[in-house]
Parts: sequence; C-alpha cells; structure tokens
Amino acid sequence: MQLNSGVPAGPIADKWDNHRFEMKLVNPANKRKYDVIIVGTGLAGASAAATMGELGYNVKVFTYHDSPRRAHSIAAQGGINAAKNYQNDGDSVFRLFYDTVKGGDFRSREANVYRLAQISLNIIDQAVAQGVPFAREYGGLLANRSFGGAQVSRTFYARGQTGQQLLLGAYQALERQIAAGTVEIATRHEMMDVVVVDGVARGIVTRNMVTGQLESYTGDAVVLATGGYSNVFFLSTNAKHCNVTATWRAHRRGAGFANPCFTQIHPTCIPPSGEYQSKLTLMSESLRNDGRIWVPEDKEEKRAPRDIPEGERDYYLERLYPSFGNLTPRDIASRRAKEMVDAGHGVGERENGVYLDFKDAIERLGRDTISERYGNLFEMYEKITGENPYDRPMRIYPAPHYTMGGLWVDYDLMTTVPGLFAIGEANFSDHGANRLGASALMQGLADGYFVIPMTIGNYLARVSHQPVPTDHSAVKDAEKDVRDRLDRLMSVNGNRTVDDFHIELGRLIWNECGMERSKEGLERALRQIPELRERFWNEVRVPGSAADLNQSLEKAGRVADFLEFGEVMCYDALTRVESCGAHYRVEHTTEEGEAKRDDERYAHVAVWEFTGVGEAPNRHVEALEFDNVQLSQRSYK
Amino acid sequence: MKLTLHVWRQKGPDDSGRHERYEAEDVTPDMSFLEMLDLVNNRLTETGGEPIAFEHDCREGICGSCGMMINGVPHGPKSMTSACQLHMRSFKDGDEIWIEPWKALAFPVLKDLVVDRSSFDRIIQAGGYISVRTGSAPDGNAIPVPKEDADAAFDAATCIGCAACVAACPNASAMLFTSAKVAHLAHMPQGQTERYDRVLSMVAQHDAEGFGNCTNHGACQEACPKGISIDYIAQLNRDLIKATLLDRPE
Repeated sequence: MQLNSGVPAGPIADKWDNHRFEMKLVNPANKRKYDVIIVGTGLAGASAAATMGELGYNVKVFTYHDSPRRAHSIAAQGGINAAKNYQNDGDSVFRLFYDTVKGGDFRSREANVYRLAQISLNIIDQAVAQGVPFAREYGGLLANRSFGGAQVSRTFYARGQTGQQLLLGAYQALERQIAAGTVEIATRHEMMDVVVVDGVARGIVTRNMVTGQLESYTGDAVVLATGGYSNVFFLSTNAKHCNVTATWRAHRRGAGFANPCFTQIHPTCIPPSGEYQSKLTLMSESLRNDGRIWVPEDKEEKRAPRDIPEGERDYYLERLYPSFGNLTPRDIASRRAKEMVDAGHGVGERENGVYLDFKDAIERLGRDTISERYGNLFEMYEKITGENPYDRPMRIYPAPHYTMGGLWVDYDLMTTVPGLFAIGEANFSDHGANRLGASALMQGLADGYFVIPMTIGNYLARVSHQPVPTDHSAVKDAEKDVRDRLDRLMSVNGNRTVDDFHIELGRLIWNECGMERSKEGLERALRQIPELRERFWNEVRVPGSAADLNQSLEKAGRVADFLEFGEVMCYDALTRVESCGAHYRVEHTTEEGEAKRDDERYAHVAVWEFTGVGEAPNRHVEALEFDNVQLSQRSYK
Repeated sequence: MKLTLHVWRQKGPDDSGRHERYEAEDVTPDMSFLEMLDLVNNRLTETGGEPIAFEHDCREGICGSCGMMINGVPHGPKSMTSACQLHMRSFKDGDEIWIEPWKALAFPVLKDLVVDRSSFDRIIQAGGYISVRTGSAPDGNAIPVPKEDADAAFDAATCIGCAACVAACPNASAMLFTSAKVAHLAHMPQGQTERYDRVLSMVAQHDAEGFGNCTNHGACQEACPKGISIDYIAQLNRDLIKATLLDRPE
C-alpha cells in the first residue's frame, strides 16, 4: 500500500496557495462531461455537492435519508471555530492551527491542519452570506464564545443549534443546485459497495430502500461523505442510522483505514437510564463554560445535591487542573469523570454520572443570561430526565461521540484507491488523536466547500477515462456480492434480533476499546469479536423481505459491517503501544495519570490494509513530521 | 407499565391498511416513546412477526425524521416535544394508544408509519435559499444584522421539517413550514434581494404539491415541536400580497 501524502513543498503558510496554483484545472466547458458521485449529504457531502454543481460538474448525490436535511451534522450544538480574531484576543490562523495540532496530541498532519485553519475564515463568510442566523452582538456584529479548552473566543454559534443552521445552509445551497439541474439527488438510497475498475474507483452499488432494488451508478470519481463510526459502541451520541458501511466497504475494496482506534468520548452526555436505552444524548460542551463539575466526597452520599455543603463536594477538575478547570479538553474531562464514577462517587439513581452545576453561574449572571445561553439545552435535558437543571445540577457522563479515525487520505483528500475521495468525519485527516470542540463543523465544511471542489479537478484533469457502463463486469460482480450478502442475511432465520447483537458488540468494544484500553483487554476482544460475528451469522433473525422497505435488513447489514470493523479497531489500539489523546493505554501513563505519548515510535498514522474477514490486517505507517509545532507533553494544569 | 397499542399497518402505498393491536409490556417511565416501539418491535421479531416501520434517526428532536399521530395528536400529548423526546412518563399503566402515520394527500404512505415528505424538499428548491456561490461571500462582519433580526430569523429557522404542522391542519396545509423559511430569510439583510420572488415561487410550489391553504385554525403551531408561531404565516401573507402587487417586469 502506497502512502504518499502529497503535501506540497514550501513554507506551511504558502502550501495551499502554491498547490492551487500548480493544480491542473478542468476547462469550464468540460466540467459537465465529468460525472462525480457523492455519497452522504451532511455538512461535507451537501456542501461538496452544491459547490461542485455550481462549478459545472455533473453531480449525483446519494443519501439514505428521506431528505438531505436529516444528516447527523444537524445535531451538532456548540459551534464552529474560525480564526477571525473578531474579538481581538490574540487569535490567528497560526494559533488555530497550533491549538488543533496540540489538541490532537500531535498525531495529525501539519499541512492539512494549517489549510483547515486558513479556510476557517471563508466558511464563516460563506455561511453568513447564505443567511445562517449566527448569534449577534447588539451592534449587529457576529458574537463569539470560547469553547472546549480554547483560550481565545473563536467559536461562532447559533444558540445551541449551530450544526442545524449550518446544515440547513448547505442543504439549501444543495437544493438550489438540484433545482438548477446541476445536481441530481437519490434519497432513500444506501451505498452498499464501491465499484473499482482496474484499480480505480468508478462507481457505487446502492440499494433503493423503498423497493429493495439494487441500482448501480458509474462516473469519474466517487466521494464518500458518510460520517463516523461511533455506533460501533451501540450506545453513542450519533444518530441511530450512522454506520461504518460505506467506509468499510471502501476499505474492503482497497482503501486504507487510518487510526481506527482514535474515537472521541464526549464528557457531557446524559447517563443511560436503563437497559432499554437506544442512544445517548449529548449536552453541549459549551455548558462547561459556566457549569461546574463535581461529585460528593462521600461515596455513601444519599442527600439531594443542593443539600450537600460546599465543603463536602469535590470539584475535581478545578482541583486537578487549576488553570483550565472545567474547560480541560474532552479526553481528559471524560477520563476523570470515569475515574470518579469507578471510584464510587457516581451520582443519580444508577450512580453513573457526575454533577454539572449551574448554581454559581445563575447567582453571578442571573437566570435570564443562563437561559439565553443554554435555554434549549436545559429544556432538552428536562424532557429526557424529568429534572430541571435550573434547580438541580445536571447529571452527565462521557459517551462516544466522534471518530477521528477514518479512511486515509492524501493532501487532496483522495484515499489509497485512485478516484475515491473521503471528506468530513469519514476521513482521518485533521484531528489527530483528539478533536477540539467546534472543529467538526469546521472540517466538514472546509472539505466540502473549499477543498474537494478544487482537488477533484486536479484529479479529473489528469485522468482520461472511458465511460464504465452499468453492465460492466466489475459492476455486475459488485452487485452480485451485495445480493449474496443480503440473501445470506435474510436466510439465517435464527431467533435473535439485530439489536441484540449490536448491544453485545457495543458493550464489548466499550469495555475493551473505550475510554481505557489494555493489552490484555484488547487481546480478549480480538478473541471474542470473531465468535460474536459467527453467532450473528448463525442466530440473527431478519424478518420481512429484501424486496421491500425493510428497516431490520438495513440495520442487519450495518451491524454485520461493525462486526468486521470492530476487529481492526482493536488491532489498531493494541499495536499503538502508547497513550495519545483519546487513545489511553493503561500501561502508558504519566505519574499524574495523563496520556503518555511515545513520539520516537508512534509519531505516525497507522493505516490498515484489508486482507480478508477474520484475517489479521496489514499495518502500514505514514510518518508525521512536525516542522512548525514543537512536540510537547500537553499540560492543562 | 402495560399498554395496549393500536398501530396503523400498511404494506405499501397500494395497500389499504388497517389498525393492529399489540400489547406493550415492561414499559418503564424513563423510556422514550420510540424506545417503547423498539421494545415492541424486538418482541415482534422474536415471535416471528414483522416489526412496525417508523422513521427516526437522531432521537434528540432535531433531525425531524420521526413523527406520527399519537392518539390523534402529532408527536403526542406533550407540547413542544417531538415523538423521540416524548417519554413514557407522559402515559400511565393500562393506557390505550393509537399510533398512525401523518395523513395528507401530499404525503403518500410508504409503509406503516413511514410517509414520503419529499414535497418539502421541492418547496425549498423553489426558492428557500439565498443565491450565493461558494467563494463569493464578503467578510462575515461586512453586513451587520441587528440582534433582534438575527434572533427572529433564528426562531423561524429552527423548523426541523418534521411535517407535524401539516398533519395537524384540517386543510393539510404546509403554510407553517413554508412561512418559517420565508420569514427566516426575510429577516436577514442577505435575503432581501430575492425576497418577493422567493415567496411567490415557494407558495406556488406549496400549492402544486397538493397542500391546502391556511384558514387560521392555529393547530399547526400547537403541534410544532419547535414552537414556530403562526405569526410567520401572517408575515408570509404580507410578503405575498406585496409581491403580487409589485410591478415586476416579466
């Protein structure tokens, strides 16, 4: 497997400009001759489709939802970073770049991150021009807040619904292009496989989710904007349908999978309330700006939180990290919460959370200000728990939320399969081992609006393709693989539900490859996952018919892929014998219990090559070079 | 809790459909309504039945996928709450619950509780956007927006496109949905250029999709899980009248 990052030469601040100048351009009159297939319509996919449509490419975009507006980007709450320095507090492109590389614990590619920080400026402009109703100050200018450990206020937001508003902006731009005829959309179509012809990605096989028919589409390039894989844990903050299928199918066709063990656990989610729990709900990290996290000192504490005197509370983040306090990065805040609950300080009926308390903030700023800032989050919390956070501290606990790992891509966002690109959360490129808050929206939109529309031209201008008809043998072979697999799922006819297996897999991965990983645990998981997979294929029951709208079958296909994917995640965690960012190996910690990196041996991206189901995958590495950032032990004391 | 469900089952658009009765056992108050349906579906699967098809995804009230009539009310009894955020503490042991899909000419049933809402996308295609090419935007702070306008635009823009407004309306009108987008963009200086063309095209598409007109029942705003106000419909009507009267060259 060749891993050529293709990072342009020159000083970091000039790389993207130089590269854009050196790129081959597609003649405007020729753009419509190129068929670009995009899978996924979240922030990355919708913005990419709209922009490439505007440029004149012939775009075909696919979503498994009934409308592009349903993609899970819609649920992002807190905000989007940009190095505008509107607050005059010392921010700059370099500082955003630096913070992102450091926040990612020095496991991301410098050049990509720098480009991201540069483009962050354009994203805000673009979104404002689209009419995204960002928060404003009384003078009418854009408001900012500090977010998730940043010491400058660079986060733009639309109350607690920033993802919704940005997605609707991209969705509207996309619908405009659909009306203009430059983009064609197929809703309720799920990508089942990538078609590779002579080593080059030339199309996809989809399943029409209403009729059950397999439909194939071919073109000159395929872009996957299919999100992350947090649902491998079953319980996560991802929407129920989020899955690894598109990226996993691409991986099976030759695309390297990078750093699959880098999964982010978000510190502020609502703890599970029972065994029937189907998903977890995130409470925006912005709450940590004003809320204070604590647990009772006494493990046997039974009093209501308000009755516990100050002296008997442990504000552990403020105690351990006096300068960052409640705003320590996500990985640290999450691990410390787990530590407190594991030590017996958990709160709530199930003793599975810590308190996030707004009492002091309400006294200091008034209830109205708190309501203005977090009103919708407080309402959401009350709907779910039946408790009112104005009067009683919230209970929170970490939950899987985002995956930094994803398909390996070069500087042009192309995977190891020529012609196959990955954007947004589906790729691995920008967040290293830990993503900073308010950076996911930034990356999705940077990739979609500003990177891929340029770099795909650089690819298309260099290739000369013969059209691939949909009766080509590679298409027919891929269709047959998909059909065989669906038939196999339908014919097991066992007695256990798909959810049952998903829950079991999720529990296993959470225990062994979640917030803490150990050699012993990972080896245990690698023994258990194949057994579980085998039981799945012998005992699962998929009711109904494949030639029909069948939600059980949709789920079964995704869970079957998670059952393969979980293994490579554990291999990755096992072979990265260091702790970094969200990857915390219990054997590798500092004396204070922080993640201890091993830069000599692991300052690289691990890229996995598929060798067969149940076979140990091959590990390749892309060495990371840091010319602009000094590697240091992260310290938030 | 133990509940009796009467659920609309329909194999496809051509099937006439019927209510079927299910007993939901071991329901707990902290379960969401959709988790209660998961429970019923898993039992159905284990006992050889076919689970009830219903749409859902984020399960936190923002994606707009879920939506069903619960005892004749869109999204059920709790105000400003989508079905996924409705919890079983709103019901009591022994309750009977009638669960049906959205009923509107413009929303054909695909299966059970799943309907086709693509008409909403076509209303947006007709003009629910600001025409700005990627890359051509001025600096974000070049156009100040008074905070009140930004807030009003935001309130309208929170629509999740679930279509409860249509399901609640005796005329199956989608005016609340349409007006929310019209009002969102009309409150922003960026949206002024296309303001009157937008309202004309979007309303024309709304009518072409087979939605009825608004006769001021107000049922839509009661049903809206995001609390979108029918004031926006009034605003749409003002803009529509103005647009119709404007001297616009063909």
